[in-house]
Amino acid sequence: MPFKLHRGDLHWLCVIGVMLVCLALKNEWDWLATYPENWILPLSDWLNAIMNWIVKYFGWFFLGISWLLEWPIKAVRFALNSLPWSVTTFLFCVVAWAASGWKLAGFTLFSMLYMLVIGYWSESMNTLSLVAISVPLAILVGFAFGVWGFFSDRAERAIMPMLDVLQTVPSFAYLLPILMLFGFGTVVGLIASVLYSFPPMVRNTIVGLRGVSPEVIESGLMSGATPGQLFWQVRVPSSLRQLLLGVNQATMASLSMVIIASIIGGTADIGWEVLSTIRRAEFGESLLAGMVIALMAMVIDRITAGLAARSGDYDPEDKTFAQKHRSWIIAVLGAVLLFVLSQIIGALNEWPRAWEYSPARPMNDSLTYLVVNFRDQIETIKKLAFFFVMLPAKIGLQGAVSPFTWGFELMLAHKIAYAAGMAALAGWAAYRGSVRSGITILIFAILIYFGLTEVPWPAVMLICAVAGWKIGGRVLGIGTALGLGFIVVTGIWPEAMLSVYLCGIAVLISFFAGTAIGIWAAHNDAVSAIVRPFNDTLQTMPLFVLLIPFVMVFKIGEFTALLAIIAYAIVPAIRYAEHGLRSLPANVIEAATMIGATNRQMLWQVKIPLALPVMMLGLNQTIMYGIAMLVIAALVGTNGLEQIVYIGLSDGDFGVGITAGIGMAIIAIITDRMTHAWSRRRQEELGLNLG
Amino acid sequence: MKTPINNHSEVKLSCRNVWKVYGAKPEQFFGGSEGKAPDAGKHADDIHAANHIVANADVSFDVHVGEIFVIMGLSGSGKSTIVRCLSRLVEPTAGEILLDGEDLLKKSDAELIDIRRHKMGMVFQSFGLMPHLNVIDNIAFPLKLQGVDEAKCYEQAARVIELVGLEGRESNFPKELSGGQQQRVGIARSLAVEPDVWFLDEPFSALDPLIRKQMQDEFLRIQSKLHKSIVFITHDFQEALRIADRMAIMRDGAVVQIGRPIDLILNPADDYVREFTQDVPWERILRAEDILDAETALTEGQERVAQGTLVEPILPRLAQSNAGVIVEAADGSVLGVATARGLVRALAGGCAAPSVAQEV
Repeated sequence: MPFKLHRGDLHWLCVIGVMLVCLALKNEWDWLATYPENWILPLSDWLNAIMNWIVKYFGWFFLGISWLLEWPIKAVRFALNSLPWSVTTFLFCVVAWAASGWKLAGFTLFSMLYMLVIGYWSESMNTLSLVAISVPLAILVGFAFGVWGFFSDRAERAIMPMLDVLQTVPSFAYLLPILMLFGFGTVVGLIASVLYSFPPMVRNTIVGLRGVSPEVIESGLMSGATPGQLFWQVRVPSSLRQLLLGVNQATMASLSMVIIASIIGGTADIGWEVLSTIRRAEFGESLLAGMVIALMAMVIDRITAGLAARSGDYDPEDKTFAQKHRSWIIAVLGAVLLFVLSQIIGALNEWPRAWEYSPARPMNDSLTYLVVNFRDQIETIKKLAFFFVMLPAKIGLQGAVSPFTWGFELMLAHKIAYAAGMAALAGWAAYRGSVRSGITILIFAILIYFGLTEVPWPAVMLICAVAGWKIGGRVLGIGTALGLGFIVVTGIWPEAMLSVYLCGIAVLISFFAGTAIGIWAAHNDAVSAIVRPFNDTLQTMPLFVLLIPFVMVFKIGEFTALLAIIAYAIVPAIRYAEHGLRSLPANVIEAATMIGATNRQMLWQVKIPLALPVMMLGLNQTIMYGIAMLVIAALVGTNGLEQIVYIGLSDGDFGVGITAGIGMAIIAIITDRMTHAWSRRRQEELGLNLG
Repeated sequence: MKTPINNHSEVKLSCRNVWKVYGAKPEQFFGGSEGKAPDAGKHADDIHAANHIVANADVSFDVHVGEIFVIMGLSGSGKSTIVRCLSRLVEPTAGEILLDGEDLLKKSDAELIDIRRHKMGMVFQSFGLMPHLNVIDNIAFPLKLQGVDEAKCYEQAARVIELVGLEGRESNFPKELSGGQQQRVGIARSLAVEPDVWFLDEPFSALDPLIRKQMQDEFLRIQSKLHKSIVFITHDFQEALRIADRMAIMRDGAVVQIGRPIDLILNPADDYVREFTQDVPWERILRAEDILDAETALTEGQERVAQGTLVEPILPRLAQSNAGVIVEAADGSVLGVATARGLVRALAGGCAAPSVAQEV
């Protein structure tokens, strides 16, 4: 049905009209171009006032908590630092062996030896001690909230948005209030890490408890279980696997936050080591220290994941005490033996200086050689990306095309050709039956011509609100408008657009490149086998560490940030694309094969449309990962909201930092809701179609 | 339509005018817990019109001691809900459920737990086994909940494991077992506490046809030993015929007909029941004692068959002579004489049912 306009399409045409009117009028009316300064709500000042009041009158309370929490940290820190390295290493290897087997034990041994040889043993132990306290706390808090949310719908409705906020507000933003309340010290890292890592535990607890089959519950009830028995002996053990998955995620989140929290300094841990070496431009050292974090993350991840996977397979045999508790006995005996030995042989107690070796200097030298000799190539890559990708998106073709950048002046003829070309493309899409894609092409054509940051804020707000309304209904539309309204009236709109622009490009590139790789991996087991370990490594790698190689080569700047975001955000795009394609219903594929679809038709007309909802969830995750990395990328010099957050932290300006942080959370939550709503609706439609 | 029961006279469990209504305010349709309505069908329609869902409408039946009472219905007929009302896994909206003459709905939570621990057992369609426990722990689970001494738990569990023929599988986990084996675990677990009343909610529906037949035999064998009072839910009419002492057919939440399988076949209450019964071969359901002929006298030296013998094998003898065969009970006493006339009368009695007359 070519050229049949629905009412929904008319709405969009109106939106485009308003957008063009705004663009035309923005030189006449200044308030369209930039939100006037005297209309800005002084929210950050109010927040600062509230914070000061709290600190003044309730500071003692928080400091008391801080003092209490200080003790366990000190105790663990003391224990880990004073135990001989041989004992600690041995114990970790036994745990790894018990959780997963010889391979992991070997990897653990390698990682611990690496820390020793490079000379970061005590820093690593300091980080570990913080994790060791924060993880049990996070699990306890998360489990409690999860159970509460499970039993009470009202509680769940209150808890879920809180989790969203905690997980989307940039970590730098809530370091400061914690710092102000709890005082300087390791406790800040602990509390920040608990706050950041308990949400996944809550979610997994609720999902796990919900997932217990009703018949299992009924059979528990019919066995005469009291409410307490039903909970502890039926629900909890039946959902143990999911709960342990939560433990795994909480542990990883905790580790990454402990590292980020070291930005406030004074912790003498491995995160601080990475950060300070980056700041001193000692890239070899920072990479070596970053490797410690990566190894630590991988070991902890594999151990907790191994424990989660093992729950459920029990040994059927009846065993003696010694057989049942073999790991424990080995651990205790070995540890005691090594402890005694280390008192006799000094080298087992403290790693001798002479055995340390740091390849930092040769690394730095070869890096310098690389950068000096390939300066031209590096500069060319940077320039190309900047002129042809980043600048057009930021200030539009209108601003980006000049003799200096593209080699020619933007003439009227070019403009007309562009307009005509885009209109023709949109018209063609509409003619082919997809009015929706024609409209999308038009909107993007206008955005690219004028540039995201140059489009007046009312127009952007309108597009987003209408998109929210179309995708997720009235509530999402209004929510979107209100959220963006907050960003406008607090005066952080320009920075927000800079964040959206940088993250947007990175996400688009990640999504398309990642999906392409995912499609390839879905059709080729060899590719899949190669890609998987890369994904696993990138995903467990703490965000800080990912920055290092890019800063080393490309120095600080937006381009480096872009690459780092892509490196991190590409992972979910690959994973979801492969997963979506691999888990398609076999009967549909068989039917299409029997109809005689070619490989290409199969991919484009059968597989991708069916896998699209899953891929959209991948897009959702790509965006979330992108935003998470964007926050960290503030360290290498970006200009968006994330930078305000970071500046807020370093200036000690709570209000500014938290306002920008909430702004970022709003952007994250809106995109999250939209992609989720789209995917859900599409799945329902497909479910009906396949039904 | 209720048939008088001869050998199981004592009522174990009784369901009186039970309603289960889902919706915003289901209580509004009933004064107190009273489930009696002058016209149940109309009342159900009224409730439905008020945007509520009627899962069970005015369900009444009795289950006698030692009887297998089957509730048969298609999906959505409310059979699973009613069995959950009987065990109070689902709270009925109105009505009474009497276990040994006491109203179950008036019991406190603590009393209910006690009743479930000692008087009830239930088997579930998808087994409902604890995934984290092995076979013997699954079976001992209800006993452990009661706080029974561990050695005794395992002793009792081992006993029921033997009963269901799962010896050697004690330390396996549910996921390592086939569907049939898992359901044996489910059966063993429900029997571990030696319940009086045994609920089975479509216990064999998830199994392959061959295994299903095998499990039905197994079930009948166990019942012949234990003599529980059983409520058995199924959507399979053949299964119902095989195992039922009496059965109820449900539709749209209400009971359409209650009776012995043979009563249903010979006298279906309406077309809905007839849909199920019309293809059932009567000679495989009708038993010798169903075709007794009071007008034929005993003669010496006549052939004798045991009570419960199907009509099919004695058909040639009935055809040969009008004298028929003598039917005797298990204790040797004579019940009467089965004759060709008795057979024809039984079949004709079915055909003379009013609903059929209308159709003819």
